[in-house]
Amino acid sequence: MTTDMLSIEGVSKNFGGLSVISEVSFSVPEGGRVALIGPNGAGKTTMFNLVSGVYRQTAGAIRLRGHDISNVPSRKRVRLGMARSFQNIRLMPHLSVIENVMLGQQARTKSLADMAMPLSGSRWRREAETLLGEMGLDTYPGEVVATLPYGIRKKIEVVRALAAQPQLLLLDEPAAGLNQTETASLRDFLMGISRRGVTLLVVEHDMGLVRSLCDHAVVLNFGRKIYEGSTQTVHEDPLVLEAYLGPRHNVAQGAVTNNGVAGDAA
Amino acid sequence: MSGYWAGILSILAINIVFAYGIFLPVATGQLNLGGAGFQALGAYAAAYASASFGLPVYVTIPLAALLAGAIGALIAFPILRTRGVYLVLATFAFAEVVAGSILNSETLGGAMGLSVPAFIDWQIPVAVAVLVSLFVFYLMSTRFGLTMRAAHDDEVVTDLMGVNIRKTQVTAFGLGAALAGLAGGLYAHTFSFVEIQGFNAVVSIYVLLYVLLGGTQTAWGPIVGATFFTMLPEVLRETLPTVKQTLATLVGITEPVAPPDESWRLVILGVLTVLMMAFRPEGLITRTMMERLQFRRSPSRAAAEVSA
Repeated sequence: MTTDMLSIEGVSKNFGGLSVISEVSFSVPEGGRVALIGPNGAGKTTMFNLVSGVYRQTAGAIRLRGHDISNVPSRKRVRLGMARSFQNIRLMPHLSVIENVMLGQQARTKSLADMAMPLSGSRWRREAETLLGEMGLDTYPGEVVATLPYGIRKKIEVVRALAAQPQLLLLDEPAAGLNQTETASLRDFLMGISRRGVTLLVVEHDMGLVRSLCDHAVVLNFGRKIYEGSTQTVHEDPLVLEAYLGPRHNVAQGAVTNNGVAGDAA
Repeated sequence: MSGYWAGILSILAINIVFAYGIFLPVATGQLNLGGAGFQALGAYAAAYASASFGLPVYVTIPLAALLAGAIGALIAFPILRTRGVYLVLATFAFAEVVAGSILNSETLGGAMGLSVPAFIDWQIPVAVAVLVSLFVFYLMSTRFGLTMRAAHDDEVVTDLMGVNIRKTQVTAFGLGAALAGLAGGLYAHTFSFVEIQGFNAVVSIYVLLYVLLGGTQTAWGPIVGATFFTMLPEVLRETLPTVKQTLATLVGITEPVAPPDESWRLVILGVLTVLMMAFRPEGLITRTMMERLQFRRSPSRAAAEVSA
């Protein structure tokens, strides 16, 4: 059996008495493109925060290439080969584009010399420029991020995550707020990243993007996993339909019977 | 050079070094309102070493920086657990503890102060200020400087990028304390006398103002802020009587009028501070401004913006 890039094993997360994730298990194969979907409040971003180490799970284990990383501090997880983007863009507003990308390289620094060398003219800077160039974002290197348009900032955030040269990339709603053209170009962009061998785990609401990008989907609802399987059949699953559209007897006409109400009451 | 200008230059140089001491933690996202405390530590360290052991200035001034830096790094661990206004209060309280301890110490002269035998002229503070400025410019150009500025913007994300936030903050705070101490050492030998009343809360507030009004985003900010606020009272001292005389002439008073009261300078300083906060809340010198000065907008860039 090949090792999975990421495996979530019976993970739960409670905030005080509130259970946000309950006993969720799934895995992401090496080189795979997996979507994590579900209605708002299902626990998708919480799951990302658990994987990246912003929160600690209440129970269960998170493994990266077979190693239990549950007790690894967040700043060290990126050094083990995972990087992420955020639902609301969290670039450093006072840093320039190139500086944000160079910050993303931090996980690959090894010594004090890496911290104490001036960055201008360094190999770090040249590398960041090349990466921005490959992603078609080299028109803006010196610009302070706060002044740039939304779509550009969204892409820069992905480039910043890539600068860590991760094997596993977690993307939290990369297409949110993008128009159709931008989403299509984002899809090609992410496919390119995938072809380099980077494993993708994507939280996304745009089902068109999910189906064309990912082969596999995990659906969460109220912190529980309700589906795991192909992205092509996810929309036919009764539990998934119920999670998105409400219980059957509220949707299908004539389904409200005495029997149904009695069944609920029982 | 006249004594007056030599004095102004020394004060300016000391204030620039002092401002950099506050700039380093502020650029990392930590407001330090305990500047006077660290400056007092440095000033008294230099004064005591000079007065009691007769050590030369090239020993006492580095000693001042080392002592303040060491104490700064030590207290950084507990103090940086606090956030926002609580951190401001904690640093402020620290300065009060330093002042209270010195005031009650007979060894350090208590309320009488200490005389400092070794005197330095303006050249040494100016040389030190130049070196410190170059050092901070260098520091801000390194990856360490990048992580400082990143921690200022977003601690959670900076941590997720692999930066040890705690280490970055303690280092910046400790280095800043060392620079404030260095400014204190220069102060002691420039004025040949230290008394704790000279390191009060107003001093902490002023140095923080230099930094905030100069701008915390680039290493230019503290130089501009410290220069502006050090020179402004001097400029006003020169020009205010002329201004008042001119105003008097305009309203038809021909005979000479008495020069305005000294306190008007503070009023003008206060008004300017309010105006700066209102119109340039991020400081006089910002990154965007430096960028506008350095780069011209190229046609390709403008085109890319349209298509974006």
